Amino acid sequence: MASEEQLSAIKGAKVLMVGAGGIGCELLKTLALSGFEDIHIIDMDTIEVSNLNRQFLFRQKHVGQSKAKVAREAVLKFRPHIRITPYHANVKDPDFNVDFFKQFNVVLNGLDNLDARRHVNRLCLASGVPLVESGTTGFLGQVTVHVKGKTECYECQPKPAPKTYPVCTITSTPSKFVHCIVWAKDLLFTKLFGDKNQDNDLNVRSTDASSSSEHAEDVFERRADEDIEQYGRRIYDHVFGYNIEVALRNEETWKNRNRPRPLYTKDVLPPQPVEQNGNKDKASKTCDPTSVSAMAYLGLKNPQDLWSLKENSEVFLEALKLFFLKREKEIGQLGFDKDDQLAVEFVTSAANIRAASFGIPLHSLFEAKGIAGNIVHAVATTNAIIAGLIVLEAMKVLQNDVKSYRMTYCLEHSSRKMLLMPVEPFEPNKSCYVCSETPLTLEINTHRSKLRDFVEKVVKAKLGMSLPLIMHGVALLYEVGDDLEEDEVANYAANLDKVLSELPSPVTGGTILTVEDLQQELKCSINIKHREEFDEEKEPDEMVLSGWTPALAAEKKTKTSDNGPSSSNASQAVQPEPEDDDELEIILKDPEILSAGNKRKLSDISNTADSEVSRVTGEMQAKSHVEADDTHTDTAMLDGNSDISKKKRVQQ
Amino acid sequence: MGKEGEELTEQETAIYDRQIRVWGVDAQRRYSKSHIFVSGLKGTVVEFCKNIVLAGVGSLTLNDDRFVAEELLSANFLVPPDENITRGKSLAELCCESLKDFNPMVSVSVEKGDLANFDVEFFQKFDAVVISCCSLLTKKSVNAKCRKLPRRIAFYHVECRDSCGEIFVDLQNYSYSKKKNEETIECQLHCPSFEEAIAVPWRSLPKRMTKLYFAMRVIERFEVLERCNPGDTCADDLPNVLKLRKELCEAQCINESQIPDSLLERLLASEHEFPPVCAIVGGVLVQEVIKAISGKGDPLKNIFFFDATDGKGIIEDISNVNS
Repeated sequence: MASEEQLSAIKGAKVLMVGAGGIGCELLKTLALSGFEDIHIIDMDTIEVSNLNRQFLFRQKHVGQSKAKVAREAVLKFRPHIRITPYHANVKDPDFNVDFFKQFNVVLNGLDNLDARRHVNRLCLASGVPLVESGTTGFLGQVTVHVKGKTECYECQPKPAPKTYPVCTITSTPSKFVHCIVWAKDLLFTKLFGDKNQDNDLNVRSTDASSSSEHAEDVFERRADEDIEQYGRRIYDHVFGYNIEVALRNEETWKNRNRPRPLYTKDVLPPQPVEQNGNKDKASKTCDPTSVSAMAYLGLKNPQDLWSLKENSEVFLEALKLFFLKREKEIGQLGFDKDDQLAVEFVTSAANIRAASFGIPLHSLFEAKGIAGNIVHAVATTNAIIAGLIVLEAMKVLQNDVKSYRMTYCLEHSSRKMLLMPVEPFEPNKSCYVCSETPLTLEINTHRSKLRDFVEKVVKAKLGMSLPLIMHGVALLYEVGDDLEEDEVANYAANLDKVLSELPSPVTGGTILTVEDLQQELKCSINIKHREEFDEEKEPDEMVLSGWTPALAAEKKTKTSDNGPSSSNASQAVQPEPEDDDELEIILKDPEILSAGNKRKLSDISNTADSEVSRVTGEMQAKSHVEADDTHTDTAMLDGNSDISKKKRVQQ
Repeated sequence: MGKEGEELTEQETAIYDRQIRVWGVDAQRRYSKSHIFVSGLKGTVVEFCKNIVLAGVGSLTLNDDRFVAEELLSANFLVPPDENITRGKSLAELCCESLKDFNPMVSVSVEKGDLANFDVEFFQKFDAVVISCCSLLTKKSVNAKCRKLPRRIAFYHVECRDSCGEIFVDLQNYSYSKKKNEETIECQLHCPSFEEAIAVPWRSLPKRMTKLYFAMRVIERFEVLERCNPGDTCADDLPNVLKLRKELCEAQCINESQIPDSLLERLLASEHEFPPVCAIVGGVLVQEVIKAISGKGDPLKNIFFFDATDGKGIIEDISNVNS
């Protein structure tokens, strides 16, 4: 039962929830039960079948409807007299600006992607509203509190960037199944069914090495009057047979690698289309395009089964055929979607055929779907626990009880007897470019890289800005917005294609650029350093951004354990890309590290003032006290970097 | 079930996709064939029921004949606060209606009667028994009944008071598998019954035992002496509770300071529940029950404590040294 002061703080509070998914449903319920009366909730998503095992406010009949709106209706049934304001919208919409944020006493995140988390973090900093952030994967979870000037902001610790693979690993020398998935999803699928105008490396190696470059251009187009079966087999033979043969000609590549085996339909499948024993009517009568299935047509039922090369080849040809027969209208504009059954089937089969060719173990559709869709493992219970912890932190924030703020980790196995481990929050990182205005340094080849590269790879991807404005001194180099004049738009478009040193106001070594996002009210300066060469494998972007030093611990005493995010099999599929399931979760700090630090005795324990965050000079910035135990206070070091690198991810 | 029943249906695979990615198809299959009994439908158990049904258990049987009163609903999101709906129905009946709607693939039913009167055979059909809001005597006797059956039944008792919660786990002799460094290893553990656990002399417990354990035992004892139901205590009872603490601490030869006044005071004033704590403790409980049923992962042995004041969720092993 909450105390009187707590109750009045709760009653009078206006809170913003971002996300009505796995954590969001639990959070909205617990807030309502706890006595919160004015809750605003933003979520752009609609309800899907795979949400129903844990997003308990939703039912089968709600599939396709707005999460925020359905969640509101469901909660009003048991708490009819509170106010819930839903927004079926993207939190990055300009309507949700600093003024919008300022009306709230606290913001509670139950988000699924890094991009939105960073955006909300910046708006909270700009509007001075405290943020309670959360995340779960499988049985692991965490809740953190971010209050400007008092605790670190969400971005004080660097977040792992999505892993990118060198192009040639994907196009020519895959060694892991995930490489085959990326090839099937981002190259082949896009080439056949997506935007034809997009750059695509699918044929890079074959056109380089062969004389048939003009032929390669249209090899993926279905010729007029070409039989669909014929077309499918031609594509198959081209990508799994011919392209492999071409690649094999480059002896250098295979010196230290296993040579792949070219695969042709004539070797894998009977010459004539086989009579299927599956249910043909099912496939042909279905009218909903998302339920068209090659698997069902072929009589393959269990998504957990491992298909043979022959079965994969049949699924490949069937899926391709079904796209042309049942979903022709969408061809040319399809993007991979993990909830698109036929797309998953196509990508699974293509990845498996490629894997077979390269001697990589094959995977089931269920597994392939998880990798291709960056699906985050999720269970209802962790979300319920995390939502409870969010509400506890929110109550402290509302009472401005700074001393009691905690980051809490939910663990799979107990560590020092603890399953739920509270840790005192960190101070702001003084070198954080988001909350401390620290300049960044960018190494880049100013004679080769274009402004477009800078905007896409640094400003958008690394700095997470959505409406950037780039200035060199007083000269505007680039700007986005609805209110620009036509000549400005043309000007900026022209700038994008210029290399940095040839811009109207040339950017060279020593230049300081100012990059600003007006919506996020974030401004930072970047010192440009010219560099001639970059390592193709390690620095495929041809640029290196630094200066945003993580709060590092000089000394690190970790022990290996099967606890926590580092090695749990529940945390494999974490990847900070927006294309996730409803709760992507980032667990940055391995709690094991927190618990494995030095121990020292303190005479008084229950006095929290004793264990306030202490600062060590130099590199040893992040030093934290684990919440005092009865007779001990354990001091632990946090190493932001190692935590991240320890974490396993499915990478693309 | 025949061979066909072994496979998960297409619908099950679609709905449980994300959790199958956590615990695997085998565990899901075992889970969907298991039967769970709960008694005492206050906030924590309601949280438990929600998650157990969502995750696709075989069946859930609810027991709570109480009629709805305001304080019973303070952390209940299954029952609308509308007299037209709640009139004349027991808490179990009302919760049952809502829970059925959560997941049509799960069979949810009500078992009327007093928990203390169910006989040994009654519990035979369940894989896990979860009880709450009952007296010390009932706790002991239900636990003992579960232990009399030839088939192992996982027993749990859960109680939240104010911002604190406690889960007691009795898995008897239990073997399970867990993954360690990519390998699956077989493990064994032996749990004491509730009666055995609380009989362990306080002095023989580890020095750093959570104070909450002792405080819960004092309140539990107090409720026996006063013949009142769990949660029916109030702040006015403090002087008598402090007297009882003195007696117990003297008998157990531990210092009274192990059980602070402020903690007892908090636990006494527990008429209304604290919903975030119900969510947290209920969530941990579900995780444990799923582990026990699937035989996968380290279960907690044998008491879990949560206190919102320090935010710690702690596992203590309170077993008889000789067992």
